[in-house]
Amino acid sequence: MEKILAGKTINVNEEGFMTDFSQWNKEVGEAISKEANILLSPRHWQVIDYIQGEFKKEVPLSIRRVGKSGVVDIKEFYSLFPNAPLKTATKIAGIPKPASCI
Amino acid sequence: MNEFNGEIKKMMIILSKATLENVYAAFVLANGARMEGIEAEMFFTFFGLEAIHKKKLEHLHVATVGNPAMHMPTMLGGLPGMEALATGMMKKEMEKIDMPDVHEFLDILKASGVKLWACKLAMDMFHYKKEDMIDDIDGVITVGDFYKQGSGLGSHMLFI
Repeated sequence: MEKILAGKTINVNEEGFMTDFSQWNKEVGEAISKEANILLSPRHWQVIDYIQGEFKKEVPLSIRRVGKSGVVDIKEFYSLFPNAPLKTATKIAGIPKPASCI
Repeated sequence: MNEFNGEIKKMMIILSKATLENVYAAFVLANGARMEGIEAEMFFTFFGLEAIHKKKLEHLHVATVGNPAMHMPTMLGGLPGMEALATGMMKKEMEKIDMPDVHEFLDILKASGVKLWACKLAMDMFHYKKEDMIDDIDGVITVGDFYKQGSGLGSHMLFI
């Protein structure tokens, strides 16, 4: 599927996750965050940077790993991205939804 | 416009057993709900109380007797050391898939906003005091209280 985000045509899946990370930039991330009703603060961006870094290193993401990252603890992760933090944060970060149950 | 689309909004999970496989099932379901943006509350009753008991939660075992999935004769399962062996093996496998231990899992659940309730009747029956339980529990409540917590559209109950 294609979608217009921040004036760019972006490939997304049926859940709205980007399927081509090379199309991502900060403006696209901001556009996705607005759809999730999240106003991105510098703190959000630190978490998104971390998540993208793990994705580039091909480390599978889970709530537990994020909580142990030293970047953000689980409680703050839930307060920054209420309602499904891992899903919302990865969506904004332009990477696939993690297939994790933990 | 009051139409309800049937989505799951809240999972009310009752844990009545203290075998490791059941405790993990309950924890994964509660955590998985929160990860999807679904509310989750847990009610620990009867042997399930051991999962939040300060001194007992680190000593939970896999059931080797009466568990057909162990694929071993029941008599073998009852031999001394068998439960510890099976538990050790399961813990090793869980570590490989990045599964936290019971203590850490409870911390994760709490940080994720899962409410943890102890059953008053079972507490009385086992002569447990609130101080015997981990500090993170939200309270000791009755079945009726738990049902009240679970009221509302899109709320589901699960007994483990």
